[in-house]
Amino acid sequence: VRAVLAFLAVLLLSAPAQAESLVASLSTSRVAITSNYTGASIVVFGAIEKDAQTIARAGPYDIVVMVRGPRASLVVRQKEPLGPIWLNREQQRFFDIPLYLAALSSRPIEQVATDQLRARLKIGLRGVVYAPDVSVFRGGGADGPFREALLRLQKQERLWIESARGVTFLTASLFRSPVPIPAIAPPGNYEVDVILFSDNVMLARSQTNFELVKIGFEQQVAAVAREWSILYGLVVAAVALLFGWIASVIFRRD
Amino acid sequence: VQIYLPIAEIPVSVLLILAMGAAVGFISGLFGIGGGFLMTPLLIFLGIPPAIAVGTQQAQIAASSTTSALAAWRRDSIDLKLAGFLLGGGFTGTMLGVWFFSWMRRAGQLELVIVVSYVSLFTVIGGLMLKESVSEFWRSRRGVVRPVRRAGEHPAYLGLPMRMRFPRSKLYASVIPIVGLSMFIGFAGAVLGIGGGFILVPALLYLFRIPPAVVIGTSQFQILWTTLAATILHAVVNDAVDVVLALMLIGGGVFGAQFGSRAGRNLRAELFRFLLALLVLAVGLRFAIELVLRPAEPFSLQIVEIKP
Repeated sequence: VRAVLAFLAVLLLSAPAQAESLVASLSTSRVAITSNYTGASIVVFGAIEKDAQTIARAGPYDIVVMVRGPRASLVVRQKEPLGPIWLNREQQRFFDIPLYLAALSSRPIEQVATDQLRARLKIGLRGVVYAPDVSVFRGGGADGPFREALLRLQKQERLWIESARGVTFLTASLFRSPVPIPAIAPPGNYEVDVILFSDNVMLARSQTNFELVKIGFEQQVAAVAREWSILYGLVVAAVALLFGWIASVIFRRD
Repeated sequence: VQIYLPIAEIPVSVLLILAMGAAVGFISGLFGIGGGFLMTPLLIFLGIPPAIAVGTQQAQIAASSTTSALAAWRRDSIDLKLAGFLLGGGFTGTMLGVWFFSWMRRAGQLELVIVVSYVSLFTVIGGLMLKESVSEFWRSRRGVVRPVRRAGEHPAYLGLPMRMRFPRSKLYASVIPIVGLSMFIGFAGAVLGIGGGFILVPALLYLFRIPPAVVIGTSQFQILWTTLAATILHAVVNDAVDVVLALMLIGGGVFGAQFGSRAGRNLRAELFRFLLALLVLAVGLRFAIELVLRPAEPFSLQIVEIKP
């Protein structure tokens, strides 16, 4: 009984600082890839909930929405001249990198949270790229150009996006954030991480996810190609033969 | 109109792919070649992953060579005995090529292998073809007739052991250079996504002095079977054949090839060889430039493994 009372006391004492809570929801939890798929747009909706004890904050609320796609190991290579030709020489390997990454915020992310906090929470594109566990740090900052190159290349492909106006407040506590998914983003599980900040302090966090999946014909083709690859190869070969034969019948000259 | 490719996992424009298939098909019909050496780089340029471009292209070459092999069959211009030896070497080469391909892909050097092979193979063969066609042109201008081969006069490589008689090809030669050549072409074809017709045809013509009609028919027959084998092997070993892309390429290519071969009949033989040489050389130089010029973006990114 005493332990319970002590626990309740702790809860009550700490309650004011933790009073905000966050509710977030997605416009869809499953994006289907069909034959006319050319990318998609998901909308994250959310509300900041306060109760009676919530203290008034000095600064405004800030929301950061991080969307992380399927993860992969990557190699970034650098071409250097060797005699007259340019070859891939140096390389840096990265582990556990989301192939799709969106860092959307209601204000420039540098103003929302300090560098250390962003690095600890792995938010913002640089927070992900410069995380210590994604690659090997090399002496003299030799890994820096590779991390910057990863960031630049992924941004060029529009697979990584960062927007300081990606989250808009509809009312003081209601917000929405559209997340564009380009067509080349890989199928798989996408984690959505919504974080509430105020004055460089994380107040609440809510996580959800959606799936990008091939359905119907696309899904069946991919499954057959993976699981019955011999059959698949034979079918493609037979189709090639069939078309070649049809052409020779249609255009027969002799 | 965009269509999503289920294996390549990107959408492409249907009209663009059909038009590319038709354009490359036209050229391939014009010159009687597979056209893989033009299509594979184009596909890579469009953003199709190199592995899938190479694997899928094999299916397209198989389709176009079916048409020409059937025509050759009706004209009875295939030396089946010679084709048998070529196929033996070709299959072995293809298997080694697909295996080498997946090894290089894992090692992360596939792009370099493809570029370097394109440069070396195409500039060398394009250069040789150009030299041959230009010197032939000058000879014909000056009225010099090419000396006819006399009986008993053979290059040394035809006299290696295991000699055999190929009556259809008017050839009596060792099978070692024949199998070796076809092995090399099968290997290069599987790695580079080409049929290899533009290597096989001049080799059979100039190195083995086989009559042109038999050369064309036999090489088409050989290319048909090796590309079929390569399609299946790429699908099994590398998961690198996209059936939707293949269908579009085949569709465009088949029609383009018919118009090409019609146009080709109005082309003079020397001009024809000269143009083909220029084309091959141009592709080689295009890749050489890529290798020599300072790249705009020195960094490149490769996905090694996607987590499930």
